[in-house]
Amino acid sequence: MSMHTITVTVNGQPHTMEVESRLLLVHLIRDTLRLTGTHIGCDTTHCGACTVLLDERPVKSCTLFAVQADGRAVRTVEGLERDGQLHPVQRGFKEEHGLQCGFCTPGMMMTATALLERNTSPTEEEIRSAISGNLCRCTGYVNIVKAIQHAAAEMRGATAVPSLATPPAERTGATA
Amino acid sequence: MIPSRFDYVAPSSLDEAVALLGAHEGDAKVLSGGQSLIPLIKLRLAAPSLLVDINRIPGLAYVEERDGALHIGALAREADLERSAVVRERYPILLDTARVVADPIVRNSATVCGNLAHGDPGNDHPATMMALDAAVVARGRHGSRAIPVRELFVGLFTTALESDEIVTEIVIPAPPPRSGGAYRKLERKVGDYATAGVAAQVTLLEDGTCARAGIALTNVGATAIAATAAEAFLLHKPLDAETIAQAAQLAAQAADPVEDRRGTPDYKRDMIRVLAARALHAAERRARGSDAAAAAGRD
Repeated sequence: MSMHTITVTVNGQPHTMEVESRLLLVHLIRDTLRLTGTHIGCDTTHCGACTVLLDERPVKSCTLFAVQADGRAVRTVEGLERDGQLHPVQRGFKEEHGLQCGFCTPGMMMTATALLERNTSPTEEEIRSAISGNLCRCTGYVNIVKAIQHAAAEMRGATAVPSLATPPAERTGATA
Repeated sequence: MIPSRFDYVAPSSLDEAVALLGAHEGDAKVLSGGQSLIPLIKLRLAAPSLLVDINRIPGLAYVEERDGALHIGALAREADLERSAVVRERYPILLDTARVVADPIVRNSATVCGNLAHGDPGNDHPATMMALDAAVVARGRHGSRAIPVRELFVGLFTTALESDEIVTEIVIPAPPPRSGGAYRKLERKVGDYATAGVAAQVTLLEDGTCARAGIALTNVGATAIAATAAEAFLLHKPLDAETIAQAAQLAAQAADPVEDRRGTPDYKRDMIRVLAARALHAAERRARGSDAAAAAGRD
């Protein structure tokens, strides 16, 4: 009973494999499937670096056994890009300087993606609440919030708000 | 962290799950949300030989009001409480509580029933369910029984549940007219256990005096604690500032905290006094139906 044959769809691709009961989903993703974009941070359900979407809801993949994902769909950071096009959330993080060391970024982007796929007009408070289970030790969250707002605007089809990452001279159109 | 080996079964019925638990007599654990159990297994603080995963059992994810009570099924997640219209409209104390359990990602998985069955005094629902006079329905090999939440917690991580019993639902009596409740928690950061927390649920008579009060405390003892002296003190009194201050003092006296990184016993006891007053004021405003801010969970 401690070995199980499971089928998990990861980023749209079904994978059938034999796993031990005790294998954590994050290890299946990183070690078995070699999708190393999903990071292991605290390994104790606090930091959110290992966040993936399970049937489109964010979960901490260090706190779920792979066998529990049998028959379900997992989306990782590698699944955000489509046909060579970055996901709006990825573009938002790039444009707004939403990362420094990048360790929390994959989990942060998965949580942001789940939020924006439900609600493309979140308030700043809703964004901050949604990412409160994802810890970032570099940015102070300011640019992460801007990155998610940038992505939200793009997903609404609106023009992105002017970026604070852009030098003021460019924003006002004045020459330095 | 790699857990030690265990067997895993995902039965498709409660009968099957209970039979498995019975056959393994204390060496099997129920896996529902897993947000407390899996960390314990990873840290090897728990090493069950069998996990009985109840997530594949259909029909247990409900949050619904029927027959004069709110029923919360074994697989209802904290996020389901947050999204529930009936909870939002009729049980704001539950919304207060669900919103401060761990963090939003954990709440997508964590179950409300598991928050009770785990028996952790740092969990938030035990106090709230005590204040609401809720009961759990436990199902074992010999059938189902109701256990009042006030009798569920025997000691630290120890409940009145038998080793073959599964909490199948929580039953909360529907509050009568002029009722309101609130949960107030002091936490150092999102996801931390409470430094202290207080749940208060009150029912007022037409003249504004208190017909019933439920008050219970989080993480200031080996179990959640019902502040019974404070509850009794409020009966037949108007819930004015002076009365609430005295009840809050009684609630603080019921606390039995230990020193840890979150503070000294004196500090925690005083935080219970402050939080009890805040929770009672918010509960009273909600009972009068006169406070939109309280209903939105903002004090």
